[in-house]
Amino acid sequence: MEDVGDKLVQVVIALAIFAAIIALIMLLVDRAPKTFRDKATIIGFLAPAVVLLAIGLIWPAIQTTYLAFTDRNGAPNGVDNFVWMFTQPEALVTLRNTLLWVVLVPLMSTGIGLAYAVFIDRARGEKALKALVFMPMAISMVGAGVIWKFMYTYRGAEREQIGLLNQILVWLGGESKQFLLDAPENTFFLIAVMVWIQTGFAMVILSAAIKGIPTEIVEAARLDGASAWQQFFSITIPSIRGALIVVVTTITIGTLKVFDIVRTMTAGNFETSVVANEMYTQAFRAGEPGRGAALALVLFLMVLPIVLYNARQLKKQREIR
Amino acid sequence: MHTARSRKAVLPLAALSAMALTLSACGGNSEEPSGSAAAADCSAYESYGTFDGAEVSVYSTITDTEQDKLEQSWVPFEECTGIDVVYEGSNEFETQLQVRAQAGNPPDVAIIPQPGLLAAQARAGNLKPAPQEVSDLVDENWSADWKAYGTIDGTFYAAPMLASVKGYVWYSPTAFKDKGWEVPQTWDEMMALTKTIADEGTMKPWCAGFESGDATGWAGTDWIEDALLRQAGPDVYDQWVNHDIPFNDPQVADAFDAVGDILKNEDYVNGGIGDVRSIISTSVDDGGLPVIDGSCAMHHQATFQAANWPEGTNVAEDGDVWAFITPGQEAGASAITGGGEFVAAYTESEEVSAYLQFMASPEFANKRVEQGAAISANKGLDPALATSELDRQSIELLQSEDTTFRFDGSDLMPGAVGANSFWSGVVEWINGKSTKEVVDSIEASWPSD
Repeated sequence: MEDVGDKLVQVVIALAIFAAIIALIMLLVDRAPKTFRDKATIIGFLAPAVVLLAIGLIWPAIQTTYLAFTDRNGAPNGVDNFVWMFTQPEALVTLRNTLLWVVLVPLMSTGIGLAYAVFIDRARGEKALKALVFMPMAISMVGAGVIWKFMYTYRGAEREQIGLLNQILVWLGGESKQFLLDAPENTFFLIAVMVWIQTGFAMVILSAAIKGIPTEIVEAARLDGASAWQQFFSITIPSIRGALIVVVTTITIGTLKVFDIVRTMTAGNFETSVVANEMYTQAFRAGEPGRGAALALVLFLMVLPIVLYNARQLKKQREIR
Repeated sequence: MHTARSRKAVLPLAALSAMALTLSACGGNSEEPSGSAAAADCSAYESYGTFDGAEVSVYSTITDTEQDKLEQSWVPFEECTGIDVVYEGSNEFETQLQVRAQAGNPPDVAIIPQPGLLAAQARAGNLKPAPQEVSDLVDENWSADWKAYGTIDGTFYAAPMLASVKGYVWYSPTAFKDKGWEVPQTWDEMMALTKTIADEGTMKPWCAGFESGDATGWAGTDWIEDALLRQAGPDVYDQWVNHDIPFNDPQVADAFDAVGDILKNEDYVNGGIGDVRSIISTSVDDGGLPVIDGSCAMHHQATFQAANWPEGTNVAEDGDVWAFITPGQEAGASAITGGGEFVAAYTESEEVSAYLQFMASPEFANKRVEQGAAISANKGLDPALATSELDRQSIELLQSEDTTFRFDGSDLMPGAVGANSFWSGVVEWINGKSTKEVVDSIEASWPSD
């Protein structure tokens, strides 16, 4: 319990220092000469954030970029790490898998989430139905990985199955299967876990967007005799386009960074590794920080355009409103 | 209204009291040993001095029951010196140690089971050289080979702790007796026995499990090393470890194939578990269990397998399980592979130095070994203290001058191979890739200097 006491004191001290700094900045900004006050306000309030970002984000990013061009002893080695990444078969498999993840997870999560949102819209027990699909969102990726590892667990034919999917296979008269060992389909079994988690997120956002479609438009379409399909493609989709883009890009960014699921379920073995997992393995297990940094850099370059696009979309939406 | 309110209060109250109980249980636990052993003889610990409120944090791979035994063995040290040893064991030690060292948050002491990782940490400047007292103790109690493994670029960093002899083959003496099978004396005899057992059809001859989180595959590398050391001899073994011959040298490929004749043959594995590939989805701890229930005849694993048998298993020459050293080409050849941990310091202080000295002393080795399921190459260790006949044999084997001892090869190779591509290579090899593909890809991953 002493520990907790110590920590509490530390928290209080940290908060006090924070308050003191903010108070000091506000005081200084307030005392600044009139001609300079607007600028002082802007600088005074932005500076702490900029300084913290520089220490915590920008400097490490620069360091990582430098590391990507060094070998494991820290000596510069040109683009060797990138040559390794794009020539070694294992590294190429990693890139291929990441592509599969990035294409499939957003498509499937959004597709299933959208279909579900449309079907249960104004249905009886909508809240309960929504809660069911949303619940996996509350589980951490590691937790989900462990749960699904049990789902896929394999036992030889002569032994009792403990994995649900293999038990179902056996009940149906089939043979138990090593779900996580067979490349390339094992990657799809891992992707299913991410889809299971993300569908709830897509469904909730899209369902809210669907509810936001003005009733007049929907009624007008009905009066004009539009079929359900026509309504869906001509009214619903265009009306929720903004929400759709936000959902797809958010899930894409999350998927590019996927690490926990792969690590808990296969540790990157059996040709299931993805860039984020390989980055960790190379940097911290294989003792090749340069290769790890190079992978991190590639990951960053892959995420960057999507982040920019996402930010621009959000800005556009705000302008419309 | 009244009843409803009180009922609402019951659950949180119950939860709170349960929590309080657990907390007090936690608090009580750590105090317990001091009462029972307060009268312990402190004379052996006087040289370490006494400390007030000093703390040494220790980080290692050792968990579960082995952790309890390890912590028990330094209880007298803690009581006599007043140093509080705060131990943390982790299955992710190999990765987390590097993460913590790089983040500037290392433990005071790490117990490192791979000389390769030890060397990397020393070269990265993270480790403190061992105090002179520790170096003297190691000169006294260990062979020069063992000290060399703790010495990096001429500086002595870490004393050896425990040891393990790898390459035992575990079997059930009862089953062998019932079926009339003989313990093989040579590799060829072992293969002949394997075939006999498979032909008889009552059980498969071998079972194995290589799954171990992100270290999956290491148990397979032990198999390969045993085969190589026995087939090609210690000189080729050293050349292979130091990369003086390539990883895809024909002699290495032959060792893979010799093991593959067993592990990749559906008729020979995986007794009581499944097919060949179930080896990589079965955990290391569970791989040998079928030996007990009679669905598998033999299991290749180090001495520490003794800790994996269910409680109450009689480990004896006429008991439930027993083990023979993986035989060589000729009968009676005593070339063994093994492993061990090294106690390395990340910080310098009086209490850390005292702890390091204690860990290198015969007192620690004796205290730990008498609790069972552990051996050490410490010459001050009394083999009679071993709790099992097997441990006693292993200790004498380790202390003997005639034994050719080689450290686990994967622990000596650079991390990119020994803790990465060799492991994953073995996994892919069991999963169906050919020997050639696997040794070629491991060779390609060997970092150039």
